[in-house]
Amino acid sequence: MPAPITLQVNGREATVTAEPDTPLLYILRNDLELNGAKFGCGLGQCGACTVLVEGQPVPSCVTELQAVVGRPVTTLEGLGTPDNLHKLQRAFIAEQAAQCGYCIGGMIMEAKALLDRNAEPTDPEIREALSAHLCRCGTHNRIVAAVQRAVKEG
Amino acid sequence: MATTLTRRGLGAAAAGLTLFFSLSPAGAQTALPGSLQTNRRLDAWLRISADGTVTVFTGKVEIGQGAVTALLQMAAEELDVAPARIRMVSGDTALTPDEGFTAGSQSMEYGGTALRYAAAEARAILLDLAAGKLGVPAASLTVSDGAIAAPGGAGTTYWAVAQANSLRREATASVAPKPPGQHRIVGTSLPRLDIPAKVTGGAIYVQDMRLPGMLFGRVARPPSYGAKLVSVDLDAVRAMPGVVAVVRDGRFLGLVAEREEQAVKARLALQAAARWEVPAALPDPARLHEDLRARKTDDTIASEKRGDAPAVARRLSASFTKRYIAHASIGPSAAVAHYAADGSSVHVWSHSQGVFPLQRDLVRVLKLSPAAVVVSHAQNAGCYGHNGADDAALDAALLARAVPGRPVKLQWMRDDEFQWEPYNPAMEMALSAGLSAEGRIVEWTHEVWSNHHNNRPLNPKEGSNLLASWHLAEPHPPVYPRALPQPAGSGDRNAVPLYDFPNQKVVFHLIPEAPLRTSALRTLGAYGNVFAVESFMDELAAAAGADPVAFRLAHLKDARARAVIEAAVKLAAEDQGELPRGIGFARYKNLSAYVCCIAEVALDRDSGAVRVPRVWSAVDAGQVITPDGLLNQIEGGIIQAVSWTVKEDLPFDVKGILAKDWSRYPILGFAEVPKLRTAVLNRPDEKPLGAGEASQGPAGAAVANALARALGKRVRALPYTAERVKAAMA
Repeated sequence: MPAPITLQVNGREATVTAEPDTPLLYILRNDLELNGAKFGCGLGQCGACTVLVEGQPVPSCVTELQAVVGRPVTTLEGLGTPDNLHKLQRAFIAEQAAQCGYCIGGMIMEAKALLDRNAEPTDPEIREALSAHLCRCGTHNRIVAAVQRAVKEG
Repeated sequence: MATTLTRRGLGAAAAGLTLFFSLSPAGAQTALPGSLQTNRRLDAWLRISADGTVTVFTGKVEIGQGAVTALLQMAAEELDVAPARIRMVSGDTALTPDEGFTAGSQSMEYGGTALRYAAAEARAILLDLAAGKLGVPAASLTVSDGAIAAPGGAGTTYWAVAQANSLRREATASVAPKPPGQHRIVGTSLPRLDIPAKVTGGAIYVQDMRLPGMLFGRVARPPSYGAKLVSVDLDAVRAMPGVVAVVRDGRFLGLVAEREEQAVKARLALQAAARWEVPAALPDPARLHEDLRARKTDDTIASEKRGDAPAVARRLSASFTKRYIAHASIGPSAAVAHYAADGSSVHVWSHSQGVFPLQRDLVRVLKLSPAAVVVSHAQNAGCYGHNGADDAALDAALLARAVPGRPVKLQWMRDDEFQWEPYNPAMEMALSAGLSAEGRIVEWTHEVWSNHHNNRPLNPKEGSNLLASWHLAEPHPPVYPRALPQPAGSGDRNAVPLYDFPNQKVVFHLIPEAPLRTSALRTLGAYGNVFAVESFMDELAAAAGADPVAFRLAHLKDARARAVIEAAVKLAAEDQGELPRGIGFARYKNLSAYVCCIAEVALDRDSGAVRVPRVWSAVDAGQVITPDGLLNQIEGGIIQAVSWTVKEDLPFDVKGILAKDWSRYPILGFAEVPKLRTAVLNRPDEKPLGAGEASQGPAGAAVANALARALGKRVRALPYTAERVKAAMA
């Protein structure tokens, strides 16, 4: 039985019992029952599992549990709730910037990290920031428009 | 205002129908519109509750295309209730109508039409009840959000008058839906129902299901289709931490563990513990089309037309090819299955496009009675056709059978999806045409060779199209459904030109034997056929010395087709640019939405890389139900088709599929997607047509025609990946 590990997720402490090399994604989804990060490839190639660790976007599918001890983790749920949406979530709804939506949580987290370091990114800067994220439905331009809307509406 | 029926009239109609059915032989029922034909009871579609809500049941499912929101709009419109009052229940073998598959861009046409008639009739029934209660003629009543008002101020509500049995009757389709001029909800962009949950981490995907006591499953597939399992040591895997069960049935291998990461580790160990013999059974990828052409074919004539025409002055012919394309869903296939503790029944949650056909295959493979298998739809990432969804459902059930009483969530890994999904088939299209001295096409032939484009779970009697069923110790034979005939077609979809040619012959050479597993991807054969037809139209226009747009219009009588082409040309002309442009046009299936695309291409002559900076398009999808949803489908389809066209080439060798992750199957990214402008030609008086598959063929063809202009040379073999274009330039 592995020793309990405490981590900070969305401003709260949580203690889980899992092997220290467990991918953070499975801890978030299964132990903490957070849906925002998605399993897409398990290889850090698609971006669907993106969360913020100390404000930096990381693929949680290839980030080990032990690597985030003492480092605050933020997931999509940590940005806002249906009743109290974050500006990015509001903008994605306003632009209807999703088809299947499976990639969207990762997109929003990447956009959050972008806006935190660059409050007014240009269109190419937004595309560059999202370049590691795959979308199969072809919703890219709406996603960019949603980020631009979040910038404008603040 | 819709016609209303009197209570007496309805009662008599209902009694009459009962009598009629009881005396008539099966199959002699009145024809009803859309999916009402096969799901004839009103209460199968609608429930009006005393608490002021309406429940709408649909056999169509949400796969990211927005269909469930659009269907809600259609029901709300006919019932005259606010959309917020409606709860949608979709795709559940225990709860909803059986509408087959959510596929072929038919949800609006079939599911929507059924809901319109059912809701219009329900409204009439409720008004009739209200009229009886208020003592006024039903025709004098008005409805606003379920509140019924009579002249003089008296009133009631749907919720007050609806009885439990009010809709417990056969639909008659005798109440006409509203004319388009009265629509207030249809034709507006109601925000999608599912998007708020998708941007806040709500539980909406099958992967988000968490049932008490749930375990995690993984499968360890063979390394190739024909691999033989030489030996496997299961004991070491059984002893791993958290492993609850290891399943071997023939060459189906899988396991169940307490925690997901334990299942992932155990899968690696199980793969390592298995020794396989891998035959060199696939075609040499460099000779793919020659290999396919050498196989036996079932030939059908898709179209043949003979007419008077001027003599042929000049003949042209050209052969076009396309290779395999993967669905490449962002979320690998997944399912949850829960066997009863006594093993007598199973409930499966799946992102299948057809929970009813899937249920019938599961019944056979699991050897359970039909009543013992329930399949409920739950979303996953977009599938774009027949991906691994149905296969994962059987995998989950086979694993859950080993741990009765405990639910199992099964998730495919990335390589499972890339290696085992059924691909969109490779195709070859040989076209020839005769031009008259005046430069008109007077003869046209199109021959197309392709494997089956639809191998979904389908056959209700025997066999199975679920992957694991082929690997069991007692394997089930795969079932090849008959190719869908024209006018919809399958591999020959859109091979019959919409253009008017006096003489034409279109032949479909179906190749039943498929070296790679294939099935339905958006458009079936239309993407390949439209690429060939529209490329060849440009070649013929050039031979005739004609402008490609004028040449198309000169051969096209269909007014809606002409309007779409003219609208796209006009839109593109508003934006200046130096880059070469190309056009592509089709009416999907020759029955559904019209789309014309104009694409511009930037060619990197050093690398051969093809970029598509901008695409302009016009669409006529009949009556527009939800304008924003239509745009999302058309524009997403264009981007996906550009990705197919310039990026995607499923890698394989004689021993197996080489794509295991995104590094070997790159798709279009943010820096590469075209900027889009789209003109929508709304036709409120025409029937609504699906749009999920309308733009791919025209978009691919437009890129092909633009590239021909950029290169000064036509490349007739897709895809236009950098290395293939570079080779073609040499």
